Formats: sequence, structure tokens, C-alpha cells
Amino acid sequence: MTALRHRLADRGIDRHLLLLLPAAVFVVVLFIYPFFYGIGLSLQPAEGGPLGAYRRFFTDAYLRDTITTTLGLALPAALLNVLASVPIAYRMRGRYRGKRVLTTLLVLPITLGTVLTAQGLLNFLGPTGWFNRVLQSTGLTDAPVRLTNNYWGVFFSLVITGFPFAFLLVSSYLSGIDPALERAAATLGAGAVQRFRRVTLPLLAPGLATTFCLTFVLAFSVFPSAVLVGDPAGETRVISIAAYEAAYVQYDYVLASAIAVIMGVVELVVLGLVLGWRALLYTGSTAGGKG
Amino acid sequence: MSEPGFRELRLDGVGRSFGGREALAGLTLTIRKGEFIALLGPSGCGKSTALNCLAGLLPLTRGSIWRDDARLDTVPPERRGFGMVFQNYALFPHLTVRRNVAFGLQMRRVPRAETRRRVDEALRLVHLGEHAGKLPGQLSGGQQQRVAIARAVVLEPSLVLMDEPLSNLDAKLRLEMRTEIRRLHQTLGLTTVYVTHDQEEALSLADRLVVLREGRVEQIGTPEEVHGSPVSRHVADFMGYRNLLPLKAEPPAAGRVTVGGEGITMTGTPVGAIAAGDLVVAAARPEDLSIATEGVPATVEVVEYQGREVAVEARTEAGIALFLRGPTRPAPGDRIHVAVDPARLLVFPRDDP
Repeated sequence: MTALRHRLADRGIDRHLLLLLPAAVFVVVLFIYPFFYGIGLSLQPAEGGPLGAYRRFFTDAYLRDTITTTLGLALPAALLNVLASVPIAYRMRGRYRGKRVLTTLLVLPITLGTVLTAQGLLNFLGPTGWFNRVLQSTGLTDAPVRLTNNYWGVFFSLVITGFPFAFLLVSSYLSGIDPALERAAATLGAGAVQRFRRVTLPLLAPGLATTFCLTFVLAFSVFPSAVLVGDPAGETRVISIAAYEAAYVQYDYVLASAIAVIMGVVELVVLGLVLGWRALLYTGSTAGGKG
Repeated sequence: MSEPGFRELRLDGVGRSFGGREALAGLTLTIRKGEFIALLGPSGCGKSTALNCLAGLLPLTRGSIWRDDARLDTVPPERRGFGMVFQNYALFPHLTVRRNVAFGLQMRRVPRAETRRRVDEALRLVHLGEHAGKLPGQLSGGQQQRVAIARAVVLEPSLVLMDEPLSNLDAKLRLEMRTEIRRLHQTLGLTTVYVTHDQEEALSLADRLVVLREGRVEQIGTPEEVHGSPVSRHVADFMGYRNLLPLKAEPPAAGRVTVGGEGITMTGTPVGAIAAGDLVVAAARPEDLSIATEGVPATVEVVEYQGREVAVEARTEAGIALFLRGPTRPAPGDRIHVAVDPARLLVFPRDDP
């Protein structure tokens, strides 16, 4: 009996494993069960066989096109967030006075929430907002430039709320790269551009892939800003709006579940592509040797 | 873009402060072509700062560096053409051993065939030919260190800088690599500046030592000079003079001075100006103290067996500890007399900073 207990403990199986129980229950009840319930529900439409709801989604252009609309917003926004945070995080490496204040300022939009951001965007970029008033008073344009209640309004909102996440992640990936590596590259004759391209970037790339995935997932499920600063019936009719309408306007839970599943599959495809690319990269230690 | 060699490299009052604290205060030194120089000192003495200033990784706050007649301290590190070996090796973890070593050659746009030939040669030199395709993470510490050395010397740099390259290795490997570095220096004749806190390493490798303390030069000299005639009690302390006795001088005569106090009387050689009644520090190595029939009386406290020799810690009646090293093996509690050759007891003024 004791011997068996020792052998199990050797493989990490002992009473401490019970501490995992609350988390496991939580995951099963709140995530796995609703997930499979939704998949099951999506396969039980009133007509058209088990795949009826999916067939309806893909034959109806008004529903089907929400995929490209959402991808058209989420992919560029995620890409911009990652690409913009690299040079900023790169410049902000190391220790200097005022770094904390600067980081706080850059990360602050996380705390605002989408609704406040939308409010701000409407005030600032709207037809009678400060931005357009400045443009018009300086004579740069005659008519206001339309930057809200269309694609751009949602795009800006996604950048404002997504950038802090991307910046924080990229910063922490960068701080994990041994600064001695760039110094070593410098003594070997590499200029600043070469040092970044040949040493830092290859070591950072897997982190950038992960960051892209996370900001993409955040942007893909955009809902409030698509309604508040977008054009929810037209060019920013994203997939979550279609799901919402199916569930709470038409009370068609089967279709809504099917849309939710499609949403998940599209995200998984993008994530799979990015992570597949990431697997081709060097993903080991980013230290230069024994410390 | 092969860097031209130089006749000499001149550091002229090189200083560096960090936020008002002077890490290096006015280092003046001329390095001749082909020389092996060791910067030696305890941690925080400014030796790594000096090396980073030479490499161009730290801007100077004072002074200048000259390569023959060309000013060097304003040239960025990538255009100095020096090779550097870092304390933690700083190998590129995503590149194979071969591509790590080839990195500098690629930066200099050396043709591919020549790069291949020179990398092979450098890897053979450090006995790593069969590991060329591995990533640094797959190598042991000693092998990583050899890659770092190969990466620096493959460029045939006009100066090789080494920042405590052996401090992360275990004792046996450290000895092997030390010989390897000395052998490389003899084969390639590369001018080298080597930073270390290990006096033995510095003595065995270097042609000239620069002993630093608190950012200032204490002594510059050959290993024999620094080992045999340290100019201050700090250098003596650092060079293994384990007995540092605070005593008082009697009038010096004929190059000898008798020092005493606390029940001890010894005769030694004065270093620097010493007058009667001065407070002094008498310094001697453990191996220069011996058990004799007469001398300072003391009681043996600790006896350590160290192979051929025995290290003894004895204490005088006034409570001063004496460290001896020699072939005779007393027992703890024995009463002995400790004697010293006056030529081997160096007497330094005590008030030197």
C-alpha cells in the first residue's frame, strides 16, 4: 500500500492533486459543457437535417459575408497592433527615468472599456468632432471627413483597445532576450539594423506570433464598437452581430449556435495557420549562455 | 573590410561614471601589439567598465582612446574591429555553432567560400569541428565558451577582449581552458585584454598585469613584479599575502625595518616611505612564514591537509592570527615559534588609502 503510494507520488499523483478539483469543475461546468451543448444545439434545426443551420448560413450572403467583414477588421487591426508595438517596445527597453509613467500611459486604454472608447471616438473623430473642426478651420478639407459610423471607426476602436495588450506582451517577450546578444553582435561588426534583423527579430518572432493570435482573437469577437462607432447594418456587420440577431431578434437559437461554432472554427483556422508558421521558427531559450 | 593592425593602443585618462559614481577614474595605459594584458581586481574595481569602454559598448565620460594616431573612443563598436568574449558567452541561441562563428564574417561581407574555410579552421582550432551543426543550447559550458572564443578570433581582430571568460566553468575545465587560451595566444599572436578577478589566472596568462582598485590603477607590471613586489598593501592583499599584520615601525636601517606591537617583533623590507613610529601593515604569504626554533610564539589552532603541504592557522597570545603553509604538520594546540625571511616580509605604510 505504502509502496504504491510512493510510486504514484513519484509520477506526481498525490493528495495535492485534489487542489486542482475546483478549477477542473469550473472549466467543465462553465466552458466544456456549454461548448458541447452549443454544438449539439446547432445540429438540431427544425428543418433541413442536422446541418440545416450551417447550410442556411453559407447560402445566405447576408450571413456568409459577415466572415469576410470580421476578418477584414480583425486581421489588419491585429497586424497593426503587433507591428506598432514592436518599435515602441524596442525603444522602451532597459531602465530609465519615467519609464513607468510612459508604460502606464500606453496601457491605460485597457482600463477604459469599449463603450468609453467609442464615446471618445465619436467626440473626437465624429463629423462635428475636434479632429474635423481642426481640419476644416485650417482649410484642409471643406466637408467633414467621415471617420465614425463606418469601417474606420471600428478599426480605430480595435487599435485603441488592442494595442495595450500587444504592447505589454511584446515588451515582456523583448525583456526576455539577453541584451548581451546585441552587444555581441555589435562587436562582430553588425550595425543597429543588422542587430535587430539578425538577432533580436528572429528571437522575438515566436512571441510576435503569439501576440498576433491573442490580439486577433480579441478583435475577432468585436461587438460593442461595431455597433457604437460602426455601421452595424452595413460595412461593419460583423459575425457577432449576426449571432446576436439570430439569438435575440429572431429567437433562432439553433442558427445562433451554428454561427458561434463557425466563429470558433474561423478563429481556429487563423490561429492554426499562425501557430503552424511559429512552429517553423526557433523557439528555444533566448539567453546567450549560462548566466 | 579587414581592420588594419596597430602598433599600439593608447588609453589616455579613460574615465566612466554612473550617475555621479566613478566606476573608472583615469586609466592610462599603452597596449603594444601582440601583448596579453590582464585587468585584475576585486568586483567593482572598474575592470569590466574599462573593457566595455575599450569595446565601445560604454561611452567614456572622460579621457580618450587612440589607435596609433587615430582617435578610437568616438568610433561605434561595430566599426572598431575588436573581438569580444563575454562572461556569459552571449552566443546567438537561434544559430548553429557554424553560423555563430560565421556571423562576424558575414557582417564583413567575406565571400562565402572564404567564410566556410575560415570558420572550419576556427572550429578546428578550438576542437569543435564535429559540433558545427548543433545549437548552442546543446553544448556544455566549456564547449559554449570555446564557440565564443572561435567567434571572436575567426575575424583575426586587432584586439581580443575577454570578460572573465572562465568564471562560469568548474575548476577542472577552468584550468584546461586557461591553457587553451594561452596556447591560442601563442599560436595566433593576437593582442589580448583579459579581465579577471582571479590572480592565478592573471599571473599565468598575462604578459602584463593592471591591478585596479575602486576605479584606480594600483599597479602595472609583469606578473613577476606584481607577484614579488606589490606596491601597496591592497595589491599585496590581492596577490595572496594573507598575513596582513597591523604593527608599528622602529627606525629603519640599511633597507630593513623592524616592526612590532601586540607581542610580536619581526624584521622586514619597507615599501614606500616609512619613519620610526609609523603605523604599518606587515604583509607575508603563508608559504613565507615557517615554524622555527625561535620567533613569534603562537598556538596552533587549525591544521588543513592540502596535498604536499599543510596550511596552519596559529594565534599569538595577543590574539593575532598567523597563516602558515609548509611541509611540517603540527597538531592543534601545539605551541610553535613562527619566523619569516626579512626579504619576504613587506612593510607598507598603514595610512595609504
